[in-house]
Amino acid sequence: MKKHTRVLMTKIGQDGHDRGIKVVTTMLRDAGLEVIYTGPWQTPESITQVAIEEDVDIIGVSSLSYDHPLIFKLLDLLKENDVNIPVILGGIIPRSDAEELKKAGVKEVFHPGSTIESILECIEKVTA
Amino acid sequence: MEENKSTKKSEEEFMENYQKFAMKVPERKPEFKTESGIPIKPLYTAKDVTSSSKDIDLGFPGDYPFTRGVYPTMYRGRVWTKRFLIGQQSPEIFNERQKAMLEMGQTGINFIPCCNTAMRGFDSDAIPKETIGRCGSTIDSLLDAEIAFEGIPIDKVSTAFNDGNPCICAALYFALAKKQGIPLHKITGTSNQADSLSHWMSLHQLILFPLEAHIRCLVDHMKFCTEHVPKYHPLSIVGQHMAEQGATPIQEIAFTISNGIYYVKTFIESGLDVDDFAPRLSFFFSVHNDFFESIAKFRAARRIWARIMRERFGAQKPASWQLKSHCQTTGVALTRQQPLNNIARTAFHSLAAVLGGTQSLHTDSFDEPLWTPTPEAQRIAININNIIAEETGVANVTDPLGGSYYVESLTNEIEDRVLEIISKIDHMGGMLEAVNKGFPQDEILRSAVEHQREVDSGEKIVVGLNRYTISDDDDQEPPKTEINEELIDRQIERTRKLKRDRDKKKAERSLEDLRKAAETGKGNIFELLIEGALTYLTRGEMVGTLRDVYGFGQPLSL
Repeated sequence: MKKHTRVLMTKIGQDGHDRGIKVVTTMLRDAGLEVIYTGPWQTPESITQVAIEEDVDIIGVSSLSYDHPLIFKLLDLLKENDVNIPVILGGIIPRSDAEELKKAGVKEVFHPGSTIESILECIEKVTA
Repeated sequence: MEENKSTKKSEEEFMENYQKFAMKVPERKPEFKTESGIPIKPLYTAKDVTSSSKDIDLGFPGDYPFTRGVYPTMYRGRVWTKRFLIGQQSPEIFNERQKAMLEMGQTGINFIPCCNTAMRGFDSDAIPKETIGRCGSTIDSLLDAEIAFEGIPIDKVSTAFNDGNPCICAALYFALAKKQGIPLHKITGTSNQADSLSHWMSLHQLILFPLEAHIRCLVDHMKFCTEHVPKYHPLSIVGQHMAEQGATPIQEIAFTISNGIYYVKTFIESGLDVDDFAPRLSFFFSVHNDFFESIAKFRAARRIWARIMRERFGAQKPASWQLKSHCQTTGVALTRQQPLNNIARTAFHSLAAVLGGTQSLHTDSFDEPLWTPTPEAQRIAININNIIAEETGVANVTDPLGGSYYVESLTNEIEDRVLEIISKIDHMGGMLEAVNKGFPQDEILRSAVEHQREVDSGEKIVVGLNRYTISDDDDQEPPKTEINEELIDRQIERTRKLKRDRDKKKAERSLEDLRKAAETGKGNIFELLIEGALTYLTRGEMVGTLRDVYGFGQPLSL
């Protein structure tokens, strides 16, 4: 992992369930990463903007109450703006939806039960 | 005296024997502890209960301080209300599912509005369609409430709303009652998520405005119901989502009761008499994984609250001292892996809630970690309750675990530790100050991170997740909840049409009244929401107007 990998952690749409994202953010910080957490209620537009402004290496999105369809829009916006920041996703995502999102460009989808180690490994691989 | 001496002697002998045996068959773990971290001894005896320095008088069910239950007859009289969350897609689906569940033994309604629209104060025509109705039912207006409750006798059934304050669902429901000519004094139920302080510090889903504005709306709701809807519970003090956020059982009780103290003070300061509102306060807890600790938690909570209400607040009525609870079995302990295992888990959680003496229960469906439940999954969940009630025999006696050395010792220990935290919060200046300083939030997050570390390291076993696993290919996904997109379209069109067709003048006038009340601080917001509902104002319009005045709520985050 390059030193001080910068991670943007965010929640898209209206979902306010934030245990997972807070735990992951804390544990990533403990592992030495620089993590910015936007708080809940972000839009594809606001996430794109912050990702550019903060010059992050990777975007981690959390969705627990079915806001993940908005990620397609996020991926489009990042492309339109020529922003080459990879996106990973965690939360309650049906398998079929996860497959669709990966086809559209999401690098990995973390379901409940994923270990922090697997997330760190993925970030390292994807930001290499 | 003699009895104590002989018990002490036997226990020492037992421990000698225990250590000898443990040389041959070592203990499975270096230490055993409850989910809250209370060390668990190998054995509990009468000594553990009677040697406590507290004057523990267990008392009887129905007697202060209610350790053994809030009512004398408990489930011999009436089993706990089977109050299952229902709500997904649109009000038509709610109506259909609710009727089916009433046939399967549901005895209280528990309406969950859509997480992404209703809970956030938006109408169905206001947010991206693909995120609507997947997590709760849409309910924009009185028209939707009419559809949702069609054919359901709302004067005969108790309805809880899993809706935050300003309690739009309750306003729609009371408006519906008025329209049907049902006097409000006949309406029963609960505003199950009106506890904005707990949302401010924990699950933020239901935060719409700055906290002070929410509290103002809540006080108005409480005052209105105290006067006009005396059988309704305008406030459930919620620990459930704190537990889901990571709070241990001890933290859940300590923070919830501290919130309760804040509310009682607030309502008294607003001019209400404690005995006028306290009997209609209710509590809403989670049931954790640790079976006996969950049971003991309820007993300790009842005892602590009863003492606070009588001694701290001087309440006179026994009903004011009673902690009555609704429970929801934990969702975070369920696994996506081998989801049928969740049937066993939720059965144990439900049993713990019953042995703990809950008044009302929602049991999660096994497919909860995947999606909003299918009708079949919900049927299994309610049958868990039916089986406990009809087949296990546990409901045939009051407080069956009363006197258990372990359970009583745990109850005492939880009480001590909870009181310590409450005292700490008191010294901070009360729960509002503690929340503004981030104290409970940090504590909860710390517990959540610790739990994650323990699961990641394998110290905590989660069956199917880090032990007894099977491959993804072998792990069949259960039948999926199918979303009827047509219903979502219909909902969106219905709201749009409503806005076009209603009496515009009346609607505008009631919206203006609401705005004025919010701006001036005069008038009862909740009463005006009912009036607004009757003119077919939508939730989005009413909440939107309040947001214009109060601002957008942004709770302290990480």
